[in-house]
Amino acid sequence: MPNFLLEIGVEEIPDWMIEPALADLHKRFAEAFVAFGGSSITTDATPRRLVLQARDLIGQAPDVEAVVQGPYLSAGQKAAEGFAKKQNTTIDKLAKITDAKGERYVSHQLVKGQAAAHALAEKLPEIIKNITFPKTMYWTGKGGVKFIRPIRWIVALLDDQIIPFEIAGVKSGNLTRGHRILGSKAPIFVTIDTYVAALRANFVIVSADERKARIEKALVNGVEKDEDLLKTLVYLTEFPTPFRGSFDKSYLELPKEILSTVMRHHQRYFSVMQPDGSLAPEFVAVTNTDSDPEGLIRQGNERVLRARFNDARFFWQVDQQKKLSDRVADLEKVTFQAKLGSYKAKTERVRTLAQEIAKALGADQKTVDRAALLAKTDLTTDMVKEFTELQGAVGGLYAKAQGESDGVSTAIYDHYQPVSMEAAIPRTLEGQVVSLADKLDTLRECFRVDMIPTGSKDPFALRRSAQGIVKILFDAKLPLDLKEYVAETPALQPFMQERIETYLKDSRGYAYDEVNAVMAAGFTTLPDLAERVEAIHSVRPTDNFEPLAASFKRIKNILKQAQLAKANPPKPELLAAGPEQDLYQAFLKVRAATQAAAVYREKLAQIASLRPHVDLFFDKILVNDPDPAIRENRLALLHSLLTEFSTIADFSEIVTQGEAK
Amino acid sequence: MDSFQDTVFKLKHYWADRGAIIQEPHDLEVGAGTMAPETFLRVLGPKPYKVAYVQPSRRPADGRYGENPNRLYKHQQLQVILKPTPDDVLEQYLGSLEAIGIDLRKHDIKFEEDNWEAPTLGAWGIGWQVMLDGLEITQFTYFQQCGGIDLDLVPAEITYGLERIVAFLQNVNSVYDIEWAPGFKYSDVRLADEQQFSVYNFEMADVDMLWKEFELHEKECQRLLDLFRAKKGDYVRFPVLPAYDQALKCSNIFNLLDSRGAISVTERVGVIGRVRKLAVGVASAWAKQQAPPAEEKVVA
Repeated sequence: MPNFLLEIGVEEIPDWMIEPALADLHKRFAEAFVAFGGSSITTDATPRRLVLQARDLIGQAPDVEAVVQGPYLSAGQKAAEGFAKKQNTTIDKLAKITDAKGERYVSHQLVKGQAAAHALAEKLPEIIKNITFPKTMYWTGKGGVKFIRPIRWIVALLDDQIIPFEIAGVKSGNLTRGHRILGSKAPIFVTIDTYVAALRANFVIVSADERKARIEKALVNGVEKDEDLLKTLVYLTEFPTPFRGSFDKSYLELPKEILSTVMRHHQRYFSVMQPDGSLAPEFVAVTNTDSDPEGLIRQGNERVLRARFNDARFFWQVDQQKKLSDRVADLEKVTFQAKLGSYKAKTERVRTLAQEIAKALGADQKTVDRAALLAKTDLTTDMVKEFTELQGAVGGLYAKAQGESDGVSTAIYDHYQPVSMEAAIPRTLEGQVVSLADKLDTLRECFRVDMIPTGSKDPFALRRSAQGIVKILFDAKLPLDLKEYVAETPALQPFMQERIETYLKDSRGYAYDEVNAVMAAGFTTLPDLAERVEAIHSVRPTDNFEPLAASFKRIKNILKQAQLAKANPPKPELLAAGPEQDLYQAFLKVRAATQAAAVYREKLAQIASLRPHVDLFFDKILVNDPDPAIRENRLALLHSLLTEFSTIADFSEIVTQGEAK
Repeated sequence: MDSFQDTVFKLKHYWADRGAIIQEPHDLEVGAGTMAPETFLRVLGPKPYKVAYVQPSRRPADGRYGENPNRLYKHQQLQVILKPTPDDVLEQYLGSLEAIGIDLRKHDIKFEEDNWEAPTLGAWGIGWQVMLDGLEITQFTYFQQCGGIDLDLVPAEITYGLERIVAFLQNVNSVYDIEWAPGFKYSDVRLADEQQFSVYNFEMADVDMLWKEFELHEKECQRLLDLFRAKKGDYVRFPVLPAYDQALKCSNIFNLLDSRGAISVTERVGVIGRVRKLAVGVASAWAKQQAPPAEEKVVA
């Protein structure tokens, strides 16, 4: 059972593209060579190589019998002879079958299974060229092969045999390359068995897990956890060696946010924390080499960091020469969006909107207005121009340093939050209001000029803005009637509704039919919606609930068939004694009880108690009575039930056990 | 220790030894070495080319009155174009670092994704920023498109940030402390530049005059491009290169107006579009001039 090794040698691949590329390669390989079995397919990578290994392949795929359809007998002797000749046989050896159109010749051909070596050589070039990357380039000239970066060598071995093929002028072989600096300058001969060891001897650790472990050894004693950074470094290095560096304590006077951002985003260093939670004047960097015998690498990195921190300090000092409040007019020169004008215009809109929301939610209007006025001014500072990811945070820090109130500075600091579904929402009500106003404005304005996300295209991250709004309203339980704010932008309503549904399903974990049921009943505020869906969720497992939901579905269908959209209340005098009167009495009682109940759960429990009455009604009573007046009245009774008790949720949306797939 | 100019000499020698023409900078204000015709125009078309030159690059908005140790209104780029890209281009590049005295075995080199795009030039490429002990020292780009035209041969563009590299080599914390030549610091040579141009660019440049100038150069460039388009045959002597200079003037004036805060948000996109139109027009004229359509072949 032969083993297979593929190494695609590439110039440095962007770290974040490597894992998806490996997954894609794995999938394409498995699909293409399914006939060859194999006990395992594994992939691994460094920045300069994508590696795939398949164990215990079948050397020769089994033969398969294929039936080749020939001409009908009615087509005559000539056609039959032609077919036979093409099949390398004679007419008398052909079989005949009968299908709908008559009797025809068929030829049974044994299709020889391909040898693995042959199939690999044939299919690998396409598989490799088709690996999906977010962005590709050509390098051999116009019309040439496209790949993430130039392919410089290929190793393709089936046991000790080279699988020959060529991509962009590069022939596959059994020669790999070591670490750019530490490895052998000449290509390195490998076999499947020596591959990993030969590379290790040339300072390449093929296994990403092993590189990760090497880095993790240094991530102790206060080093801040950062999985994303760790992964980046795993795929930026072939032979990672971490070291701990330090910086002058005097830089600690700069805010932690700024120092960490410089270290993380610009230098790819891990921050180190003191036991008391403050920043330590240290960092952990990861090199792509084996050692730093003269300390030059550490000194170099420390010097770069010092320069970066000096920049930050310089920006801080220069920025303080002009207060945020004096920068509002400068926002005229900062583009919000080409079609939508400047941040000055946006600021004015956000202020107005924020005032409305502040009034509606009882937030401190002065604080909200001041924060909304200053929220975007940090875009004109050198600090944010340099460290764009610190927008908001810098504004908040500067506001505080310039004597704005805590309420204002915190609201500014937080107003981009939440930046993801996992991130925290603004800490204060005023911050929440400014964030809502900012995001709502962005959505309304973009939708107004038809910049509406489609498919994967969402250049203005409008989905994220919408999700942010939804998350704030739910998490902070803000009783804001969202519909009022999207009323003038019709396309925005379904867009927001989708985000709400997604939030309830993905972030809160409710079943889709529970969400559908409450959404179908409509909503004014999101906290109310959240309470209703939670009530449904908790009442659902009780005995009466799902059967009642099934009955409601039945009622809905009956009314639909009767085309009864509106109805007067039922006339009690027309109701027959027994199950019909009984249901009506239950209806009156439950209606009173639900009106009196304080929480949705209780209301739902009351509604669920209708079940035996409804069951009995359907069991004993024929709605379609020959007397039209009675029929009408029964429909009216059902209609009352449905409308009265569907305000919390449309129970007919609940998928009951009988229906489930 | 090598002076600033020693390092420049060594890099030029290194690339000259590998077949590059050593050019002098383009004698107009440009924002980057890429904009010099030795890059912007030479990368177009099917003719191989290898060139290296230092290009003083002006970015008016980056000026800091000579007060910031690492930011400059005008910095020096050493620009290398290898067209087509040799297969061992990265090895050659690493060799150039060794040539200026960086012992790579004692340092840490990483290639981090950094794609390049210049909307005003209709140009983009794929590449990396090269990090040496955490310091970005080079921008490496495989050009894909220029002037909106897919490139026939893919050139590698290597742009060394000379101030940064030399500050690293000389172990100084401010670019102004770099020794340019024995006895002369960077500040002796360039500080006045930074101070005076910062004042001019941010505070004193005459906005009305700049707008007028922009329009004049734009008009002249467009006039030439229109004439070229109307031409049938005999492209060789047509002044496409002067047309490009006019486009470069516009680009620099745009940057000046921008640093002067004279371009409003609504105007901005439009003005960028106007510069782009000129650059793209010149690129297509140049491409046609280099490889005229068969039926219009001119007598050599």
